Amino acid sequence: MTHVIQEISINGEKQRVPSPLTVEDLLRHLSIDRRYVAVECNRKLIVKQEYAEAKIEAGDFLEIVTFVGGG
Amino acid sequence: MATPITGVGGQADQNLEIGAHTFRSRLFVGTGKYQDLAVMREALAASGTDCVTVAVRRLQTGVPEGETLLDYIDTERYRLLPNTAGCFTAKDAIRTAMLGREAGMSDMVKLEVLGDPDTLLPDPVGTVEAAQYLVEEGFTVLCYTSDDPVVARRLEDVGVAAVMPAGAPIGSGQGILNPNNLRIILSRASVPVLIDAGVGCASDVAVAMELGAHGVLLNTGIALAADPVRMARAMKAASEAGRDSFLSGRIPKRLYASASSPTQGLIAGE
Repeated sequence: MTHVIQEISINGEKQRVPSPLTVEDLLRHLSIDRRYVAVECNRKLIVKQEYAEAKIEAGDFLEIVTFVGGG
Repeated sequence: MATPITGVGGQADQNLEIGAHTFRSRLFVGTGKYQDLAVMREALAASGTDCVTVAVRRLQTGVPEGETLLDYIDTERYRLLPNTAGCFTAKDAIRTAMLGREAGMSDMVKLEVLGDPDTLLPDPVGTVEAAQYLVEEGFTVLCYTSDDPVVARRLEDVGVAAVMPAGAPIGSGQGILNPNNLRIILSRASVPVLIDAGVGCASDVAVAMELGAHGVLLNTGIALAADPVRMARAMKAASEAGRDSFLSGRIPKRLYASASSPTQGLIAGE
């Protein structure tokens, strides 16, 4: 399989990741456990059931959030 | 609103019901500001809470394995209540709530739409707007608000599951600054009212519960106490004492004395 690299933004930082890539691929690539995590791609919430199908394109802005301490 | 239970017995209090969710403890505790996650874990246990608040933020890389917040929270024991802290617009709060729901797989949200970074007072217009939207999206909204009874009523009208007026500014530790307005809110509310924010010590919790609040939500009062575990224990006792005191039907306040010992059968005086 040809490994192409694409540049995307994750949590405000530019990152180079493989292409093609789904959200599921990305979380695996970053060793992120999907439990207690939520993902937005270009300001659109991606629900967990869609991770395997949701494609990430070059230039996409991703927010990957989780729970931290708060009142 | 609960009325005093008369008669013999001190029968057991009902559970706290918020929307479709039931809680045994009337204390909700935050997970922010602790010096040490191990201390947080002990403090949460000492508080007896069923439900802890969390914030929704970008995932940090490089945190050592086993050292994230969630590694120190037993999610079998505590329900997670995501907040929308740090949001100054309805749009941001809604977006954060959506992310929190997806991350936590629960429909509960603690809604905050702030109006001012110094006082952290809520923006009433943004709060009502976001609350209405989130209720329509199926959320169980526990809504942070001021002690303004008009806004509290508006929030109830749009369908929030709980109204959460502040006792004092967030993290200020000043306690219950305006009991009069809280009494007004409590007398009119048809959803649970939890005093949220500004609580500094155990007696503040007791005062809140004695006013008739259905619960208290606090974070800083425990997290930044010199001994958070001991304070959590004190808050637990205070929430139970205040609730029992409220349900007991206290005596009225009198201007003049009323002797506790009989005035008949006194021996002859000099």
